[in-house]
Amino acid sequence: MASLQVSVWRGDATGGDFARYTVPARENQTVLDVISWIQREEAPDLAYRFACRVGMCGSCAMEVNGRARWTCRTHVSKVATDGVLEVRPLANLPVIRDLATDMAPFFDKWARARGTFQPKDSPDGAVPADFAVVPPESPKRQAADAGIECIGCGVCYASCDIVAWNKDYLGPAALNRAWTLVNDVRDGARADRLEAVAGDAGCHACHSTQSCTSRCPKGLDPSGAIAGLKRSIFWSVFGITR
Amino acid sequence: MRLDPRGRTHAAYLAFLVHRLSGLALALFLPLHFWALGQAIAGEAALEGFLRWTDSPLLKAAETMLVALLAAHLAGGLRVLALEFLGWSGAQKNLVAASAGFTLLAGLLFLLNVGA
Amino acid sequence: MSGRGLWAVQRITAMFLALAVLVHLATILVAVRGGLSAAEILARTQGNEAWLGFYASFALAAGLHGAIGLRAIAGEWLGWRGRGFDAAWLAAGLLTAALGIRAAIGLYAA
Repeated sequence: MASLQVSVWRGDATGGDFARYTVPARENQTVLDVISWIQREEAPDLAYRFACRVGMCGSCAMEVNGRARWTCRTHVSKVATDGVLEVRPLANLPVIRDLATDMAPFFDKWARARGTFQPKDSPDGAVPADFAVVPPESPKRQAADAGIECIGCGVCYASCDIVAWNKDYLGPAALNRAWTLVNDVRDGARADRLEAVAGDAGCHACHSTQSCTSRCPKGLDPSGAIAGLKRSIFWSVFGITR
Repeated sequence: MRLDPRGRTHAAYLAFLVHRLSGLALALFLPLHFWALGQAIAGEAALEGFLRWTDSPLLKAAETMLVALLAAHLAGGLRVLALEFLGWSGAQKNLVAASAGFTLLAGLLFLLNVGA
Repeated sequence: MSGRGLWAVQRITAMFLALAVLVHLATILVAVRGGLSAAEILARTQGNEAWLGFYASFALAAGLHGAIGLRAIAGEWLGWRGRGFDAAWLAAGLLTAALGIRAAIGLYAA
């Protein structure tokens, strides 16, 4: 039976290196299958994350041959040229151990970008008395719908060079979330949110490299969302809501 | 800073790199360009002397390079403006190709004129 | 100026520069035909307020645009961040623009 040569990064916050494993190749296997095999058969102390294993939760995101991906949705045959695999923890995040990263900075930035909904008609957060009527075909709702499927997997964040080069940069996921709320007509925090996402640590730091959009496993467009935020902020200076 | 090329092969990333590096080169060249043209203050003879100095093949090649960099940066900049102000996304891949074409064209035109 | 302000200046100067560069490139391509001479350049610019105005604004826009761009590159690739660097880049941009305006005046008054 053919084998895969798999290099897995092992270590922690102080440092680490690749460990090499030989894994039996199967006709249909995902990278998550490979990592699980290593942990069960070769390295019981290998730390890694997964949950649903069917592409719904985003927990299993890792760097596979240099690209951030969901390992449960990455078929080995699609990425392993000549049966060689290289697996690292998600980039741009502190490492806890081996393939498990600390997602706290990612979600902290989500909060800093004011990624939470604030009902317009009840500033104290109480449920409004009436239903809001939001036509699904309206441009704003379509813009919001284009980004609401984000499950916070961190692939875009790990793929972004600006996140790597600018420690304060909020990142594509947080900004994408902010954009969905900016387009939510029921939300009452638009002005504060635009303020929170503007500047050198916000949307204005994006250089449209499109790494986020090209890697998003859900086919979202954080880059487009960030461009939308830039427009909204720019035109708001002239009193125009765009 | 080391960039792993594997995750950075999409057209938009290359466009970003070209745009940034051409901008860097132009920004470093620009003060020189202005200073040299400032020779004009010393009168026509000084300016003419400077222009003759740039007649060498090496400098002409450098000038062609600069025109190409300028065209590339302009084309890349138009792409960014379209992305940011017009919200173009799907069409932007075509824009990148168009940018490359424009760059080539401008460089060629300059070459042709230099020879003429 | 804030990040958002610098972004706006960068993009607005970009729009102006896009037009100015096209004019400049076209002028060069036409001018370089049959060789370039000081006399030819000066024949166009001497005593011409329109060219002076054009090149002075071109120089100002280019100086600011370049400085803001360099600030981003330096901040991201060299880690040069903070008020000190911001002031330095502003100075660099204005100095570059001044050199260009000086040249434009030179071409006007030669």
